[in-house]
Order: sequence, then structure tokens, then C-alpha cells
Amino acid sequence: MTGSFWRYTLLIAGKDLRIEGKSREVLYTMGFSAALVVLVFSFALSNATDPAQGPITAAGVLWAATLFTGTVALARVLDRERENEAIRALLLSPAPRAAIYLGKLIAVSLLMIAVEVVLAVIVGGLFSTGVFAHPVWLALVLLLGTLGFASTGVVFSAALLRSRSRDALLGALLFPIVIPVLLAASRATACMFDPLSPDLEPVAFWVRFLAATDVIYISLGLWVFEPVVSGE
Amino acid sequence: MSERHLRVAKVSKHFGRQRALVDVSLEFAPGRVATIVGPNGAGKTTLLGILSTLVRPTKGELFLGDQPIGREARHTLGYVGHEPGVYPDLSARQNLRLFASLYGLPDAELRITQMLERVDLADVRGDLPARGYSRGMLQRLALARALLHEPEILLFDEPSSALDPAGVAWLVSELLRERDSGRLVILVTHDLEAAAQVAGHIVVIRRGRVALERSQPSGFTAAEVRALYEEALHDR
Repeated sequence: MTGSFWRYTLLIAGKDLRIEGKSREVLYTMGFSAALVVLVFSFALSNATDPAQGPITAAGVLWAATLFTGTVALARVLDRERENEAIRALLLSPAPRAAIYLGKLIAVSLLMIAVEVVLAVIVGGLFSTGVFAHPVWLALVLLLGTLGFASTGVVFSAALLRSRSRDALLGALLFPIVIPVLLAASRATACMFDPLSPDLEPVAFWVRFLAATDVIYISLGLWVFEPVVSGE
Repeated sequence: MSERHLRVAKVSKHFGRQRALVDVSLEFAPGRVATIVGPNGAGKTTLLGILSTLVRPTKGELFLGDQPIGREARHTLGYVGHEPGVYPDLSARQNLRLFASLYGLPDAELRITQMLERVDLADVRGDLPARGYSRGMLQRLALARALLHEPEILLFDEPSSALDPAGVAWLVSELLRERDSGRLVILVTHDLEAAAQVAGHIVVIRRGRVALERSQPSGFTAAEVRALYEEALHDR
């Protein structure tokens, strides 16, 4: 991949983030959905008395909220390409398809990570869990989990760009594919949050698993994005 | 402007068992507006998709001059569709700045200013997002985007749909201006009246095949275009 390839990638990502910076539409919607999911879980589980379940619950809630808010980000960021058929002008430009894919992946991932950091603080407070006890590991798990989810999500969102029922279909198609990522990310997060067994060996295992999954998903995404957006 | 002709050599496109285009061979010359007309589902949009390199032909090739063309030729193409192909949350200048960067234009700001003046959008409030533009303004911005990188070939897909008569008149004058500058212009339209105002080369597509092709540097009258269209649709 040459310098101009990365220039195109950053141009696409920068464009998406600039548009979001102007409208804040995706961030506000993601933030609202995330807060709602966390609050509902917090109320529903407020009578749970087993303190050992706290970290596991917190990890599950964090990733369940990430799943929903990530779907919102994916749908909206790709939807902006559909308005006015801007995607056609973009595809007609000399930007390689792979650069468009990576640019979208970077933009969606950055939006998701921004919301996840706020989400982690809220989850830590509501579930009395020390979420930032291992900040480097948490950052790694959030980054790799988000990349795994978004790498597949960008492909499916692009495939559904011209579908009328894309909002309903996106979740139905995407969630089964990202189950390995979500399982690994939530297991790693639960191990990390657990104050009773601060053994980070399982976290390291799940991080390696996530890294391997991300490599596979991103490679597949780079490979299939072109035929998907060309509609062939 | 270049003197290269665009040649479509025995191009076919199949979508599964459906044959959208069958053995289409055409040649388009610069300095002339070629108009592709035909009924719905005839294959006009598929042909334009292939000309724009967005759709890959099942068989056949495209040549610009002697060179077979593919995706690497995208910088030689400008495209205006019935949708403007711009980002509604960005202003006109921001949209053009984005596309100037994608095409790697030197002196981008100067070129953007020239294009905004040309399409009469220079006086629009600078930070107004394109979402707030009228249909005519959006189509003018689309033309500015398509011309920004000075393409050799300009492709128009039903550009006058949803434009008011003044918008159509403006578009016709711009097509003629581009033709006179020596650019190769290809227009796909249903509007035979608009076709008659600009066409020097008419192609009628029916059921994926070229049903009729006529070239006349002096242009056609509306009656001639209508007669050719009727002849192509009822002759075979």
C-alpha cells in the first residue's frame, strides 16, 4: 500500500468525521442509545446481590450497549453516502475501493471508541466496578473489539446501501457474524473487571484471539468491499 | 482538449440470465454531444455504467484512443446524474475541496473558485450546507464537481429530470459550451426535445442492442429526433 493509498484513506475518514463534527447527529444518537441500554440494565439488575456477578454483568452491559450503538453508527455513516447518490461520485473518483473501506472503518471505529469510553465510565459507576484498573488492557480490548465489529459492519452496511429495509437487515445479518468478536471482547472485559481474580493471562489470550479475528475480518472486508459496492 | 475517440467494442453485460446489453459497438467523437435514447429497461443506464467504469462488462472492451480503458481512466471522466452526487452536510466549497483532494488537483482553491463562479454559486453563503440548496443549485454544484478535474469525457444521466424549464435551458447551454470546448459529451435521456437541442450523434438502444445510430455534425431538429426514435422502435 502506497502513500497515496493512505492519503485517500485519511481523506475519506476525515470527510466522515468532519461531517459528524458539523452535525453531531451520530454521536448524540449513539450516546442516547448507550445511556438507555445501560440504565435499563442497571434498573433491571439492581436487586442482584452477588458481588461476584458485578464485573461479569458490567462487561456484558458494556458490550451489549456497544453492539447497539455501533449499529447506529454504521447505518448512519453509510446512509450519508446514499443521500444525493454521493457514493457514485466517490466511486467514480480515483480513490481505491480498499481505501474507501479503510476510511469508513477508521471513521466508524473512532466514533464508536469515543462513545465506549463514556460508556465505560457510566458502567463503572452504575455497577460499582473498577473499569479502569487495567487501562492499557481495556484500551486494547475496546480497540480490537470495535475493529472486529466495524470491519464486518462496514461491508454489510455498504451491501445494504440500496435496500429499503436496511436498518432491520443490518442487525439480522451482522450480529451472527460478529458473535466471536463479542464473546471474546466480553470475556476479556469480564476477566479484567474482576477484582477477585486479577489474573490477566485469560485477558491476554482473548486479546490475541481478537487480534487474529480482526486480521481475518479486515482482510475479508478489503477483499469483498469492491464487489459489494459495485453491486456485482 | 484531446482528440481521442471513445470506442465501445462488442460490449455485452449479463445480470444472471438477463442480458442487459448484447454486442454493443459504438464510437464517440470529441467536440460532439452523443445522445443515447431508448425506452425504459433498454440498457441505457447499464451502458452509461460501463462507460463510467462503474459496471464491468461481461464481454467486450472500451478504448480511449488506442488505449483500453479501465478504472485507471477515472480521472478522465466526469459524471452528472439525476442525483447531484454531493454531500448534503458540506457546503459547495467543502464538497469541491473534497473532490479536488481526491483527484489530487494542484491549485485546488483557485480552480474551486473558478468553478463556483462558473456555475453561479460563488455568491451563496460560504458555510451553507448543500442540504439547503434548491434542486437547480444542486445540479449546478454537480456540474462543478464533474468539471473540477477537467475530464476528457463528460457523462450525463438524465440530468434534466426534476429541473424547471430555466434549469433545463441552463443545462443545455452548458452542454453546448462543453461540446464547443472540444470535450466528448455523452447524454442519456428520455427527453427527446432536450436531445434535439444538443445532439450531433444519436444512438437508440432497444432491448440491449443498438437499434439505430445516426451522426450529423450540424445537429438534428426535434422532428428528426422523434422520427428516428419511432423508426428505431417500430422498424425491427
